[in-house]
Amino acid sequence: MNPLVGQLINLFAALMLLLAFAMISQRRVLTLIHLFALQGATLVACTAVVGYATSQSHLYLSAGITLALKVLLIPWLLHRVINRLSVRWDVETLINIPTMMLIGIVLVIFAFNIAAPIAQLSSSVARGTLGIALACVLLSFMMMITRSKAVPQVIGFLSMENGLFFAAVSATYGMPMVVELGIALDVLVGILILGVFMFQIREQFDSLDIRHLEKLKED
Amino acid sequence: MLGAISQVLEIMLALALAPLLLGWVNQWRAWLQNRSGPGILQPYRQLNKLFLKDAVVAEHASPLFRVAPYVVFGCMTLACGIIPTLSTDLPLSPAADAIALVGLFALARVFISLAAMDVGTAFGSLGARREMLIGFLAEPALLMVLFTAALISHSTSLTTIVDTLAHRELAIYPSLAFAGVAFTIVSLAENARVPVDNPATHLELTMIHEALILEYSGRHLALIEWAAALKLFAYSCAGLALFFPWGVAQADAPLSLLLATPILVAKLAAGGVALAVLETLSAKMRIFRVPEFLATAFLLAVIAMLVRIFLGA
Repeated sequence: MNPLVGQLINLFAALMLLLAFAMISQRRVLTLIHLFALQGATLVACTAVVGYATSQSHLYLSAGITLALKVLLIPWLLHRVINRLSVRWDVETLINIPTMMLIGIVLVIFAFNIAAPIAQLSSSVARGTLGIALACVLLSFMMMITRSKAVPQVIGFLSMENGLFFAAVSATYGMPMVVELGIALDVLVGILILGVFMFQIREQFDSLDIRHLEKLKED
Repeated sequence: MLGAISQVLEIMLALALAPLLLGWVNQWRAWLQNRSGPGILQPYRQLNKLFLKDAVVAEHASPLFRVAPYVVFGCMTLACGIIPTLSTDLPLSPAADAIALVGLFALARVFISLAAMDVGTAFGSLGARREMLIGFLAEPALLMVLFTAALISHSTSLTTIVDTLAHRELAIYPSLAFAGVAFTIVSLAENARVPVDNPATHLELTMIHEALILEYSGRHLALIEWAAALKLFAYSCAGLALFFPWGVAQADAPLSLLLATPILVAKLAAGGVALAVLETLSAKMRIFRVPEFLATAFLLAVIAMLVRIFLGA
């Protein structure tokens, strides 16, 4: 196999990790959406390269679905949501950002260590990047935990899905087509429902802060 | 013999070109902001003017205040001497490896900060504190970047690092990409460029570098300004040597030394334009955001190392 392909996959994997960290450290919602779209685009490129390297045509299809959904449709929907809700404020995080970055480093080390034995079992060209995929999932998890506003949490959820998809591609050349289509549909439906939720939360509390949901009844 | 020639040539080139690089960056900044700009030779005129003027030293200044500009200038010249920009055959390079290079920059920083506090003005100590804040955050990130490069080439000697990086087959190292971004952030902070400090301002609340040298005048100020230009030059050269090492002359190829100079100038010109674009696009950040900015650099550098260790990439 062409060694350049392996290096390209590594490069895209590193870009995914870089973008995950950029999303964690980002305060503005609009930039967050752009970063999410960029992460999707990286995922598309990576999937296409793996598909080319292993001549598995169904990977092209899943790359196409990812392109349509996560690079074009969902960012567009999110743009519409934040325009309608007019939320362009800076998001404050629950933990300050340098601390989050340090926790992020620990998460990355953890993920790399966990993934190392699993990656040895796999025979795919991109098995080395499994650790990065796992790290992306954990970082998105952390983003969901540490953001108190609804929109960044949704983006964290979507970015976690990116990480999972990437893990599937790097470990086993993607999931079966049925599963992939199912997940794609799930994500789409999920974002629609979450969009409705956001409008409801806003209508109820005049803010998108999730902490308002902690109280079960009015006092 | 050839080594000595390239060493001397390299230092002379650094001394001569450093103000030009500064002028080039400033000129491009002016053009990008729709101003006509002072011309790229302005730093030379500035230096000339300052060298011709008398130095005024504060009444209570200790000898340290007079010595500091020479120490800083010497540190920066030596730094330019040990970074392999033209050739990897440098007699000075065994004297200092990548870690000692960071130490050199730290030595210069300590002296300029001590000198700033020496006279006892409020601005001096304020600037010194800010400089130290930035320095202690930037240094570990810079060390991590250099360690990543050292891991790839199995040596902390700068010449070996550049030799290895220039000679590898065309390979994409994600770790180097991370390290490159981290290095860019660190060099912006260390050279008092826009997102961290604005070199063109004398606004008391925001200045860092200017606050440090407020008490200096005449030849002392000229030396410090020249040293600042040399620092920018050294950082640019280090970045080019680590991340774009093509065109550096090898120990056994005397002819390529001739070719190395125009290549270096072309790379520096392109780097200067990139720096000007970066500075124009970004706004100066609040001083309390700077730790965050530099924490990002540290994080990226650590990830670069991790990627190198775990992925071997």
